[in-house]
Amino acid sequence: MTDLDTFRTETRAWLEANCPPEMREPMRSEKDACWGGRDQSMLTPAQKQWMDAMGARGWTVPDWPKEYGGGGLSPAETKVLREELRRIHARNPLNSFGISMLGPALLKYGTEEQKKRFLPEIARGEIRWCQGYSEPNAGSDLAGLATSAEDAGDHYIVNGQKVWTSYADKADWIFCLVRTSKESKQGGISFLLFDMASEGVSTKPILLISGYSPFCETFFDNVKVPKSQRVYEENKGWDVAKYLLGHEREMISGMGLGQSTGDPLVDAARGGVDPILRAGIAQFQVRARAFAIQSERFIDELKAGKAHPAQPSMMKYYGTELNKTRHELLMAAGGSDALEWESEASNHGADARAWLRTKANSIEGGTSEIQLNIIAKRILELPS
Amino acid sequence: MPLFLNDEQTMLRDTAKDFVAEHAPVSHLRALRDAGDATGFSRDLWKQFAEMGFTGILIGEDAGGLGLGHVEAGVVLEEIGRNLSPSPFLSTAVAAVEALKGTPHADRWFPGILSGEAVAALAIDEGPKHRAEIAMTAERSGNGFRLTGAKQFVTHGHVADVILVAARTAGRPDEADGITLFAIPNDAANLTNTPERLADSSLASRLRFDGVEVDADAVIGEVDAGGGPLKRLLAAGRTGASAELLGVGGGAMDMTVGYLKERKQFGQPIGSFQALQHRAAHLYSEMEVARAAVLKAQQLLDAGDDSADDAVSVAKAMTGMATTLAVQEGVQMHGGIGMTDEYDIGFYMKRARVLAEMFGDANFHADQLARAAGY
Repeated sequence: MTDLDTFRTETRAWLEANCPPEMREPMRSEKDACWGGRDQSMLTPAQKQWMDAMGARGWTVPDWPKEYGGGGLSPAETKVLREELRRIHARNPLNSFGISMLGPALLKYGTEEQKKRFLPEIARGEIRWCQGYSEPNAGSDLAGLATSAEDAGDHYIVNGQKVWTSYADKADWIFCLVRTSKESKQGGISFLLFDMASEGVSTKPILLISGYSPFCETFFDNVKVPKSQRVYEENKGWDVAKYLLGHEREMISGMGLGQSTGDPLVDAARGGVDPILRAGIAQFQVRARAFAIQSERFIDELKAGKAHPAQPSMMKYYGTELNKTRHELLMAAGGSDALEWESEASNHGADARAWLRTKANSIEGGTSEIQLNIIAKRILELPS
Repeated sequence: MPLFLNDEQTMLRDTAKDFVAEHAPVSHLRALRDAGDATGFSRDLWKQFAEMGFTGILIGEDAGGLGLGHVEAGVVLEEIGRNLSPSPFLSTAVAAVEALKGTPHADRWFPGILSGEAVAALAIDEGPKHRAEIAMTAERSGNGFRLTGAKQFVTHGHVADVILVAARTAGRPDEADGITLFAIPNDAANLTNTPERLADSSLASRLRFDGVEVDADAVIGEVDAGGGPLKRLLAAGRTGASAELLGVGGGAMDMTVGYLKERKQFGQPIGSFQALQHRAAHLYSEMEVARAAVLKAQQLLDAGDDSADDAVSVAKAMTGMATTLAVQEGVQMHGGIGMTDEYDIGFYMKRARVLAEMFGDANFHADQLARAAGY
């Protein structure tokens, strides 16, 4: 038996003992996701048990170093863990922008003190983060952002407005792009971390077409932020932002991948649909299954340092467009049942709301058109 | 196993890339076509493939081959596809080798394949579309069998030394069991072999079996259990065709992206226009996803994994779709010149069409996957 086989056997046994049965059921809607945070009163006992068990082992972030709360696993071990989690259909123990976005950026750009302070609590799900990137006049043209951070000695005074801040009203802290210089567009941006409970921070949820309000407008009115909470150098925040966006795109691209078992779309097709819809589902499944393999390949290449630096744009583009198609097909298969918006039977319109939610996939984190621009310029090297 | 080529595979790819580009570039295909070549490929080139060791990739070391796998065979096939090189590599060194492996026929045919002298052809399809059903009959007759029926789309069928024929020894046409695979010499009596030129200028035979008598030792594997060798043949053929398609699509895409950088209109390279950039970027994405699917299928086949069948269908369907897009965008983005015979992009379109059809098109494999998933 190789070390990896031993690891698999032990992992399988540990997951069997520690993953509660409820956490092996498919999520019924995005409301079932576990986000952690300072206030954990909304978590079900099973969610909390699963998150805490995985967090204590560092397996919420299996490939982060142990000293920062991670699992310290090798790429091969991480892959085994993912396979074993998939095998039992385990839910993600902790959804977290701290894990998928801020953490990798801190590991690369943070000071030792920042890493020690923030990473372990991210790993354990004790702090919920939000992302302060987009502004009313800086969407696709993100570097045009105007929220200002004025130098006031050992701290900054932040003023301005962010928009599309995911779960800002539920987040404990924010990682935020601010303008520290007007001399240069991209070279005048800095990357700050601060507590959403700071004086001068306010949020206002935005009601979306899904009927949910996952995004907020976020306002900063003379918010005081210590300079020790700036990541990387002043006016070099764009480097951090771009690095982080790569990870955000990976995360978004990985949502809603097609699987042959436990897949509601396949279940619907099995239940009997007309032949044209069956063909549509079958063709979609080819792409979905191929993209699931591409995701595996992308991670393998990433870990080995073989991935093109702009490849996350391709993953984000393809994954989000696929996810939109998937939900169009789910709605078609569901017919008028899937249109119910409030009934118990429809789990309060879970299908319809999820379908509408996916329309944002190809907008948030850089639109599909921006991703195609990046692929064309950086990978295909087409002229400007 | 990570989903990228290891160092040895990368070296093999570089070798194959240089070799095929030097000895069998698209101009080689053009020259054969213009000369009305009746063989369908260059026998000298086939010998050179053998000298390079390529034809023995899937043959075990004990039999004098390299004892490598589908990933390595695919590396060579991708370069064949990229250069549109006419070659019996897929039918002979990949699909036939996999079917014959471990049977007495291997002793008979592998030496010729290793030396680049023998060519094998595959007689599977009975109608214009590849199907799972086999209707052709092989009735017991004396010490052997008598084969009656028709086959088509038998690439290299007119020059093959041996033809692998799937026929029914029991059961109804739609049953999976009762199929036997036979190895039949090309000069068998009562076999009519009519080569037809296809759109891509390759040659594929229509075969008519009017009571072709063969000995019992023509059977590959066991009688009525030919599904085993046939399954291996098809898995290898489909995966190989996917790898070749990847090369065809990749070649068409590279040529097209190159053209976008060169061709000027309105005083600037047309590749600076966003309408074309987005289409090229979308095509790139489809080809990347297809590449992953092919490598996965190859790795699973090499590992003897149970889930290889599904992965093979995903690969064949995905490369069919992605490469079809690549050649369509290729011709469109080249504009008028893309419609001319003088320019190579049209050859890519024709070859892609033939390979997309071979061993089941994207619709066939999407349907197979749906059935396997229970709908």
